[in-house]
Amino acid sequence: MQVMTNEEIISEIKKFLVEEFEVDEAVLGPDAVLKDALDLDSLDYVDLVVVIESTFGFKVKGEDFVGMVTFKDFCDYIITKVNEKK
Amino acid sequence: MNRVVITGLGIYSCIGTNLDEVRDSLYNGKSGIRFDAERKPLGFRSALSGTVPTPNLKGLLDRRMRVGMAQEGEYAYMSTIEALANAKIDEDYLVNNEVGILFGNDSSAKAVIESTDLARVKLDNTLLGSGLIFQSMNSTVTMNLATIFKLKGINLTVSAACASGSHSIGLGYFLIKHGLQKAIICGGAQEVNPYVMGSFDGLSAFSIRENEPEKASRPFDKDRDGLVPSGGAATVIIESYESAIKRGAPIIAEIVGYGFSSSGNHIIQPNVDGPMRSLINCLNDAGLKATDIDYINAHATSTPVGDACEAKAMTEVFGENGPLVSSTKSMTGHECWMAGASEIVYSTLMMQNSFVAPNINFETPDEDSEKLNIATKTVEKNIDIFLSNSFGFGGTNSSLIIKKYKNFN
Repeated sequence: MQVMTNEEIISEIKKFLVEEFEVDEAVLGPDAVLKDALDLDSLDYVDLVVVIESTFGFKVKGEDFVGMVTFKDFCDYIITKVNEKK
Repeated sequence: MNRVVITGLGIYSCIGTNLDEVRDSLYNGKSGIRFDAERKPLGFRSALSGTVPTPNLKGLLDRRMRVGMAQEGEYAYMSTIEALANAKIDEDYLVNNEVGILFGNDSSAKAVIESTDLARVKLDNTLLGSGLIFQSMNSTVTMNLATIFKLKGINLTVSAACASGSHSIGLGYFLIKHGLQKAIICGGAQEVNPYVMGSFDGLSAFSIRENEPEKASRPFDKDRDGLVPSGGAATVIIESYESAIKRGAPIIAEIVGYGFSSSGNHIIQPNVDGPMRSLINCLNDAGLKATDIDYINAHATSTPVGDACEAKAMTEVFGENGPLVSSTKSMTGHECWMAGASEIVYSTLMMQNSFVAPNINFETPDEDSEKLNIATKTVEKNIDIFLSNSFGFGGTNSSLIIKKYKNFN
């Protein structure tokens, strides 16, 4: 995968959340509480794992979601994982 | 015993994606059969098929409701919202009353094969996503629609090959007749894609008249050479007469008879006895004589043996030159799991608009079909009572008799 900047990673995250999960982009501020902002149920998290794998090339473990409270936490987690792969 | 009435119809098929379009196609003898070029490289002996547009559900349903819907479920959603609308059943009614669902469906091959292909590539089942399990099960239509419409009554799928849709209405009729349910969303759904029909094509059961797609499905014609697969979905809302009257529903017709049988012989070769007993049982259940039937919508799929057996059975029960007969499969192709429900919709449209749709492509009778009174062209005719036949692999037979509402009392 081509090296992505943090901004590009966040942009990709917003893109799939808006296009695939039909989340309103306006709610995706850094402090947005992930569970409320995304309005996802347990089945949606299964699909989130799939889309992250296809977009960024790594698989999220279910337990990794536990520590993510805000949208910023979620983005930071993905940025860290993507940077580990560089 | 409760009287059982039809209060809503919906259709999504290769001859139209709503009731008005389908009524016009039936009246004009319009075929929905096309040559599907994508099937040839896949090894199809016959690439003929009814073609149905893919509904765009984005905007109609949110993502969670869409991801578990297989192709046939999408068709069934479309036919069901049309049927609920003309039955004047809204969300509030569904939430506050015990409305059931009984749909005929006997495959979800596309979802099963695509999920298997994906599993073989990923080698990690957690990467299959959340929707494929709900798309892959035979009950995909009922599990999805029951969730979407928040249904609280009976909730199950009827799998009986090409009689599935008919049995779903027949079983619903029994449940309401005996007071176990007040209203049920009945119907049938059939996926349209190469996956579901490949092994059926392998039996050399399909017409190979590929140079004339619209002439390929020719039930009862001497030169028929096989069926043409097709699909879509049809919905028939049925309820007790009392329930319909109480809520001021528009009553379209009454279901007065359901007959069924098993042929008890070969898995694919039909016989005369099985369909004949289904017809007789249906007339007996309705308390009607053969001469009371104004129109028969035949099962006839355009296969040499199947049509001959049905023609013989109808001649046994109705005599030579009995009621007008046509097979709408001449226009739609064989809608398989959906056919028993869609043909109730087609025939009810004819009843509402006083015509018998033609059995197109019936040009030369054979020794069996010459004894039938087949409508070769559209016939302007009042229909008070019709009978619809559906037969399937394994010898499952189902017949339904429907009566016009104005005949009440």
